[in-house]
Amino acid sequence: MRYSLFNVIVNGLTGNRFATPAWRDPEPRPSYDVIIVGGGGHGLATAYYLAKHHGVRNVAVIEKGWIGSGNAGRNTTIFRSNYLLPGNEPFYEWSVKLWEGLEQELNYNVMASQRGIVNLIHSDGQRDAYVRRGNAMRLAGADSELLDREQVRALAPFLDFDNARFPIKGGLLQARAGTARHDAVVWGYARGADQLGVDILQNCEVTGFLRDADGAVTGVETIRGTIRANKVALAVAGSSSRLASKLGLRLPIESLVLQAFVSEGVKPLVPGVITFGAGHFYISQSDKGGLVFGGDIDGYNSYAQRGNLPVIEDVLEGGMAVMPLIGRLRLLRQWAGLCDMTMDGSPIFEIGPLPGLYLNAGWNYGGFKATPASGWCFAHMIARDEPHPLIAEMRLDRFRTGHVIDEKGVGAQPNLH
Amino acid sequence: MLIACPYCGARDAQEFTYRGDAAPARPDPASPDAEEKFHDYVYLRDNPAGAHRELWHHSAGCRRWVEVARDTLTHAVAATRFPAEKEERS
Repeated sequence: MRYSLFNVIVNGLTGNRFATPAWRDPEPRPSYDVIIVGGGGHGLATAYYLAKHHGVRNVAVIEKGWIGSGNAGRNTTIFRSNYLLPGNEPFYEWSVKLWEGLEQELNYNVMASQRGIVNLIHSDGQRDAYVRRGNAMRLAGADSELLDREQVRALAPFLDFDNARFPIKGGLLQARAGTARHDAVVWGYARGADQLGVDILQNCEVTGFLRDADGAVTGVETIRGTIRANKVALAVAGSSSRLASKLGLRLPIESLVLQAFVSEGVKPLVPGVITFGAGHFYISQSDKGGLVFGGDIDGYNSYAQRGNLPVIEDVLEGGMAVMPLIGRLRLLRQWAGLCDMTMDGSPIFEIGPLPGLYLNAGWNYGGFKATPASGWCFAHMIARDEPHPLIAEMRLDRFRTGHVIDEKGVGAQPNLH
Repeated sequence: MLIACPYCGARDAQEFTYRGDAAPARPDPASPDAEEKFHDYVYLRDNPAGAHRELWHHSAGCRRWVEVARDTLTHAVAATRFPAEKEERS
């Protein structure tokens, strides 16, 4: 069923008696051409683009819980392409371009809103770094604009411009960045993939892999039975190492937890996304009115999907430093997601490393913004057995050859990226 | 989270700086497959969900390195010791 205004009115007047589910709930078939493990945004987007652009429709997306129950439902919903390095920036810019047309593409309201992102500047050194970043963005076809102090004040007069330690001297604006409704992105891709014939199998945890005599991956064992496939693709973010260990693989990844927070709802206040990199705090406002914010990852390996209290204190101290008025608001909810932190802070796309296996992992704390382009490029990789040019540098062997993509320059220490 | 430093006793985890997995051992640079071994040592990790041995530096305390056996699912600390020692304290 194609969604339209007419459709909304008819279903509203008839009490949804003629409405149909947005996607089917099929039983697993014995085999598929492609199995994608992981029913988050990346897995579902991959299935959608496989079916849409590559004619591969005999596809199953397998999810341990319900779709979007992992990081796709735990992020802070920001998309942007303000990266520095040539291995990253063109990929994220393509993602922003896909975000710009995503609602029309999917016929689904993902509430994508290009409300802009401002990275605050507090010192001459930071301004130099952001000028360089802004120029790198423009070289890759993205938009960027350097703001002075008064331009930032016009956008966000509620910030503490005269903080003794971090006075605000300006900002780097990407006006085309924004936010989207994270659940709707999952549902939109799921519905789009389902309409093209993809089976979405929920509550179907993978317990092992099928291997042939040569070691090639030929399917998966799940709690709903054995499913064979010509190609098995992993898009499981924070659980990548857990699944890879079932294949005897070790990855350059450590899983850490990132927390997010939402305040009680208030009237429109924060115009876009504001980041305070010097203290690490970032904030936006949802359409419902809650202030959505976060900060640093919890600093040690964890699969707990909950946060620790010292980091909550640290994030809120950062918030109070840059935006003192949040001290008058009540915290409504706090949650955490598993970040698959890589050794250079950038993602991994790989054909292999075993025959029949395809790997999409290492999104660190920034996977949501990449959802459309990740699906686009991973689908290309699975269908054609060659890397899409946008992800040519994001291969697993970059760690072996020394071609790491280290945006922050902190080296092989995942908790510092 | 409390970590029992073998020297200082039980201290808040905030006093410690996290290094990561304690398992990787620096390979011999003179060995013929040193390049391969250094790749594994620097980059590859087991990253288990469950029992994990890891290094924490008591940077705001006695400044010694402590090897901690901790569960990454529950954050429960099972035992600690100085890396060079065999004896564990719980």
